[in-house]
Amino acid sequence: MKAFRYASPRVEDEAVDLLEDRWGASELLAGGTDLVGLMKKMVVTPELVVSVNRIDSMRGITADSTGVTIGAGTHLDELLDSPLMDDYPAVKQAIRNIDSLQLQSQSTVGGELCQRPRCWYFRNGYGLLADQGRHVVEGENQYHAIFGNSGPAKFVSASRLAPVLMALGAEIRVVGPSPGDETTMPLEFFYRIPRNERQRETSLEPRQMITHIRLPADAERSCAVYEVRRGAGPADPLAAAAAHCRLRDGVVEAARIYLGQVAPTPWNVEEAARWLVGRTLDERTAREAGEIAVARATPLSKNAYKVQLARVSVERALRLVAGLDCGGF
Amino acid sequence: MAELSWPPQGKAAVVGKPVERIDGPAKSTGAAKYAYDINAKGMLFARLLGCPHGHARIKSIDASAARQVPGVRSVKIMKEPGKGRKSEVLWEGDLIACVAADSDGAAREGVAAIRVEYEVLEPFVHEEFLAAAEQAGRTRSGGDNIKLQREPGDDEDEDEFADKEIARLLEEADVVVDAYYGIHSICHCPLEPHGSTCVWEGDRLLAHLSTQNVSGTPGQFASPLGITANDVTVHCDYIGGGFGSKFAADSWGVVAAQIAKETGRPVKLMLDRDLELKNAGNRPSGFIRVRVGADKQGVVNVWDSHHWGTNGPSGAPVSQGVIPYVFDPPNRRRRVTRVRTNTAPSRAWRAPNHPQGAALSQTAYDDVARKLGIDSYDVFMRNLPSVSNGKADVYAEQMRIAADLINWKSKWHPHGKGEARGSIVSGLGMALHTWGGGGHSSSCLVKIHPDGGVETFLGSQDLGTGTRTVIAMVVAETLGLPPAAVKVHIGNSQYPQSGPSGGSTTVAGVSESNRRGATAALEELAKLVAPKLDAKPEEIEAVDGRVRVRGKPNRSLSWKEACRLLGMKSIEARGEFKRGQPTDLSSSGVAGVQMAEVEVDRATGVVRVKKFVAVQDMGLVVNPLTAKSQIYGGVIMGIAYSLFEERIFDARTGKFLNADMSSYNLARLGDIGEIVVELYEPESEYRRGVIGLGEPPVISPGAALSNAVCNALGVRVPVLPMTPQRVLAALEKASVSS
Repeated sequence: MKAFRYASPRVEDEAVDLLEDRWGASELLAGGTDLVGLMKKMVVTPELVVSVNRIDSMRGITADSTGVTIGAGTHLDELLDSPLMDDYPAVKQAIRNIDSLQLQSQSTVGGELCQRPRCWYFRNGYGLLADQGRHVVEGENQYHAIFGNSGPAKFVSASRLAPVLMALGAEIRVVGPSPGDETTMPLEFFYRIPRNERQRETSLEPRQMITHIRLPADAERSCAVYEVRRGAGPADPLAAAAAHCRLRDGVVEAARIYLGQVAPTPWNVEEAARWLVGRTLDERTAREAGEIAVARATPLSKNAYKVQLARVSVERALRLVAGLDCGGF
Repeated sequence: MAELSWPPQGKAAVVGKPVERIDGPAKSTGAAKYAYDINAKGMLFARLLGCPHGHARIKSIDASAARQVPGVRSVKIMKEPGKGRKSEVLWEGDLIACVAADSDGAAREGVAAIRVEYEVLEPFVHEEFLAAAEQAGRTRSGGDNIKLQREPGDDEDEDEFADKEIARLLEEADVVVDAYYGIHSICHCPLEPHGSTCVWEGDRLLAHLSTQNVSGTPGQFASPLGITANDVTVHCDYIGGGFGSKFAADSWGVVAAQIAKETGRPVKLMLDRDLELKNAGNRPSGFIRVRVGADKQGVVNVWDSHHWGTNGPSGAPVSQGVIPYVFDPPNRRRRVTRVRTNTAPSRAWRAPNHPQGAALSQTAYDDVARKLGIDSYDVFMRNLPSVSNGKADVYAEQMRIAADLINWKSKWHPHGKGEARGSIVSGLGMALHTWGGGGHSSSCLVKIHPDGGVETFLGSQDLGTGTRTVIAMVVAETLGLPPAAVKVHIGNSQYPQSGPSGGSTTVAGVSESNRRGATAALEELAKLVAPKLDAKPEEIEAVDGRVRVRGKPNRSLSWKEACRLLGMKSIEARGEFKRGQPTDLSSSGVAGVQMAEVEVDRATGVVRVKKFVAVQDMGLVVNPLTAKSQIYGGVIMGIAYSLFEERIFDARTGKFLNADMSSYNLARLGDIGEIVVELYEPESEYRRGVIGLGEPPVISPGAALSNAVCNALGVRVPVLPMTPQRVLAALEKASVSS
């Protein structure tokens, strides 16, 4: 670990003020479950670490008639325990899937959304894009992207909450780059695919940060998440899907489906969602939607099996939305 | 001393009873200090630089910037730049230099500041692909071994005869399995990594070393330091796992001692997880092409195989001796190819060779059953006459017990023919194993004090298996006391020498020495007690806290009264055992049968262990609690290497990509299903005495789980670990070919 300066501001603007305007020069610390490991391996070597853990405005969950607002510094297990989150069982399921008391109690919602890719070339110091993607293309890409991988970025987005939050239509509140600046945007706009090593995997600027996540109230919808997990524990799923449908008498009126662990961002499979509208959600349509969802996958040399896993994830998430047994583990 | 024995089965007071670990509270409260917990005043922290390339030559090393990092006190170069062999780095992570500093952070920063100029050479890391290995010039024959019932004629060439005879036998067989299997290399991955804290006390070195070889490591430190073993003490009270990888002082232990000597400050050097996985132990891989010929009943008559694999730079694969494993059919030929890879040298991994042997061959026996459409249990049973260790009857009985425990007969279905629940199918598989487990040489010093205190000293170690508790039980049994009355001193090389804990040798070794030492001590006590009870010394026994005339409870002294006769002088008695010495107290050679029930999600390739049964003999069971723990641990390790664990190497760079705990996957509690352990201890086993247990339970899981998955799917997933990717690939291959 490289020696660094440490700041622990009490208010959002102070944090923004402290952040450097160059990626990597400063890093935000929340639960630390990702950042500390990256710093120990010297994959990131910030000169300044800004903790958000004492910023009270970024903690806790509040609700009103239009939805819930979650402070980015709220720990995952606080969501699990909160009755305010009872209307969002799929979010709780996604947190339970993380299956580690340590991570659930230490990780924050904002940190979970901002964790860096698990790509082993990135984590071994080859850079976020690992030589413009060449290491991945010619190397061990069994866990890499099957969508959105035509550019140099081949990693998969690491967040386990993003697909379900996006399916639910989450928005984020962002502050910066100057103190006093604030903006609200759909979570979907937060992620983007970097084109070069100067960029990161989000659309934020170095002096911006997420302070809150907002979920709209919408009791008529039903949402589910399915992850293909190799086993117990917090290891990354091999593929994941979150599906969110408004159903009337079993017929889909509106749908949103997002894949996780298959692309450099959470991956919106609009075609499958559109196809579902007007159809009865059942075993057959769930299966067919899964097939549509992966029809345009572009697997790398060793990860074609993930196409099947993504297809099954969509099918199973939709079965769960329909109130059916998922059909497998 | 008369030949010693154990009490008849069921008559022992302590031995054979479930005794909780005497160090359990210390371990669970954190009072127990592992090598990693030892800190000394003024201590330096040391970190190592590993080579980032899989294969390279070091042209130059410049450590000047590292020496300028604030807090850095010493930089030691461990590899020489230049042109010779010593400058060649043969695997990624091989150690280049060590930096010691006032803080861990400064040491890491120092490591990062070392500038090394490399000539990068071509690495080779994917030994599974034999053709590629041949093309890269990385292969060499490891010889072959042929056993045939018929002999060649006088004028026949032996190799030609073997070719023809094997072809004929395969032709005549009712069924031939022509298959490929593999098992990848895995790491030891002890939770406590390798390392030590080295403290000099004048000219003497005290090394707090995480080791499974307390008595054997002082000399390893001494020689490179230019001192003699009498000036080194190795200390290890507790160890967080070794599994065969912690017998040595290691280069990093020696460099820590050197820096401590030079700086005059204690040095702590524990490997970080990355370098632990890259340097400190792995198990050789094995891949095999095999043809097996059997009759309609599944009895194998001919085995013809070629296997390859690697143990790293020297390329030694899995031993021929375990192919096929346990079964030894009447005709067999086995060829071996060595593959040199740019991966770290392997170390003994729990039951060296055996898990690979089982996974590479008992899968083929199961495929015989699959191909014939008959019950694997019957095929294993019918092949028992060919087992090479003379334990056919033991296996048969253990198979019956295991089958009952897993409900084999009612749950079994032909391979791939079970009922599906959604996409979930289930299956059963089994395997069997063998091991030695004879005791290592061991000496101890047993003391009985005038106030009744009892203690024993030996340079052994508790590898995590309950050795302390077992020693206390043996001494307690011998002296008629409860285990809590015995103070056990191990983990220090100043104590009488005792063997390394490897190869399941500890329990028999320390039971021998302590039974002997405690008996000798009791004989000394008996000389004083006998006159007081009007008896001869040989008539004295110690039972239930009293010292008495044999069989006469009313002619006795309490233990304390007896010990008071010692006056001012304690008894000190040695117990000695030499490995291989014939005795009634211990023995060697075990069998063991394991059966697995799994569920597989055909749509995702995810495998779940539902139930796992392990039936195990180990002669006399000293402590059923710790014995069962050993078996649980072995099975869990087996589940880990069957389903999760694998080193991933990048072909272009030779980089070990997943050398961290978030991507080097181990089994977790939720992954192990229900494990049922049955200690097999009929009188015929009990009377053989104590036999070690560390290795046997870890051998069969690979084959048993592979067979269970095959039974579920009707398709073989040929290579371990059975990841979803491999399961789906096997299903796809089968659907394409059918």
